[in-house]
Amino acid sequence: MLKNEVLDVARVRSDFPILKRTVHGKRLVYLDNSNTTQKPKAVIDALVDFYSRHNSNVHRAVYALAEEATEAYEGARQKTARFVGSRARELVFVRGTTEATNLVRFAWGEKNVKKGDLLVTTIMEHHSNIVPWQLLAKSKGATLKFVGLQPDGTLDMGSFETLLKESPKLVAVTHCSNVLGTINDVAKICARARSAGATTLVDGAQSVPHMPVDIKSVGSDFYAFSGHKMLGPTGIGALVAKKELLEEMEPFQGGGEMIKEVFLDHSTWNEVPYKFEAGTVNIADAVGLGAAVDYLAGLGMSKVREHEIRLLDYALQTLGEVRGFHQYGPEDSKRRAGVISFSFADVHPHDLATVLDEEGIAIRSGHHCAQPLMRWLDVTATSRASFHVYNSYDDVDALKAGLQKAGAIFKI
Amino acid sequence: MSSADIYRELILDYYRNPRNFGKLDKFDIDARDTNPLCGDEIEMQIRVGEGQKIEDIKFVGKGCAISQASASMLTELAKGKQLDWVRQVAKEDIFKMLGNPDLGPSRVKCALLGMKVLKTGVYGYLGAHYEDLDGSDPMA
Repeated sequence: MLKNEVLDVARVRSDFPILKRTVHGKRLVYLDNSNTTQKPKAVIDALVDFYSRHNSNVHRAVYALAEEATEAYEGARQKTARFVGSRARELVFVRGTTEATNLVRFAWGEKNVKKGDLLVTTIMEHHSNIVPWQLLAKSKGATLKFVGLQPDGTLDMGSFETLLKESPKLVAVTHCSNVLGTINDVAKICARARSAGATTLVDGAQSVPHMPVDIKSVGSDFYAFSGHKMLGPTGIGALVAKKELLEEMEPFQGGGEMIKEVFLDHSTWNEVPYKFEAGTVNIADAVGLGAAVDYLAGLGMSKVREHEIRLLDYALQTLGEVRGFHQYGPEDSKRRAGVISFSFADVHPHDLATVLDEEGIAIRSGHHCAQPLMRWLDVTATSRASFHVYNSYDDVDALKAGLQKAGAIFKI
Repeated sequence: MSSADIYRELILDYYRNPRNFGKLDKFDIDARDTNPLCGDEIEMQIRVGEGQKIEDIKFVGKGCAISQASASMLTELAKGKQLDWVRQVAKEDIFKMLGNPDLGPSRVKCALLGMKVLKTGVYGYLGAHYEDLDGSDPMA
């Protein structure tokens, strides 16, 4: 373990099979963690073990396999809920954050939002926390307004307060920007929104994987996150909401599992959270998410956060020495997650990503599903490097060398 | 794929000093398209002269070196040609024009965006969809 390391990165890296492979003959330097993370052997093994030993449907049959599968699935729900300071009863498994916001749009929005109502979100949101509200506003004749940003990439709380005076029905905000890394004071935002009578939704896709999150302390009505960004499988995520709120809501999708009784002219609904889990659920991936939660809890989320702060500080300093490098987002690493969006002289992010790919370095280039934020930054695209538990100072050095190579090719 | 091979002098020169960049005061064809992957944008305008000739052509756009250089070089090739010439332009011609760089599948779309815009505009002017005429999706 290096002196300045809070996590034993060499040991963590050995848990991730994919990090042993090479790309174009070079060591894989994976820096696209805001997009999706790699999976530790424990998660891969959990999937293989489930399908090899316990596979069957849940909540239905009474034979041994079905009971094991149900236990594994519900165990994953309990672990995941505990990990974010919630209760199993209040955690609905969904495909991911996008399905969670869409679930709220239909199951809560259709019932509660009326013509002329105001919905509020911010311009730093991922499209998954904008487009469902646009669709809801359009179908209901409601209005969608946006909280602006300050020059340092933090939310303009003045414009937020102004919008609260218009008594919004919903305030939907990200816990952490997937582009700027800005960590929003969601506890304060939710408290203010609540006092203005609004229902609140927090997008936790970029916070739960990277820092300790206690949804009770956040105080939001809805909190959503994705499994694949936190070392878990794709296709599984969670929507957390208070039991009473879930009970008041209409179902999202109709079908098997979500019902209590079905008659020809009507049906009654299963108890929560099952009311929102129609059809055969994604059992194996939920079990995989449970394994990812165990892995992260084993490392300790405070350590994960501290690890990323140190990498971020090192990266901002190291990359800042490269001519042409310009980063977006708050300067203070305590107020941002381990993500760096940047431009590099006049080199388009896609061209830069192509050069870096040749060096085995994976970064994201593009609009990061945040086009309103791109327009605010007055760019069409940025390059983005984002960290997770297996990233090291060596990875930052590799990125710096990659930028220097790109600088030579593009004659910066 | 070698990035030094892709980003040779030719492409960098057209990226930094695009020829035929700008808008026409008078034009008969105006077409625009984007590449959602990276947000590349190309808009082309064409003034059609006597005998269905491309009398003048300009483009504006934002995006990566490959998309912008490709569009610029294509306008140079197209200028003075008959509109019918546009029908014959194929992917391979674009790759050749760019010096046959070894582009990966995700970057091929950048290279072909200019061609897509040119074909969309000219075929629309001629009253047809280019997919119908080509029998294939040029972006495939």
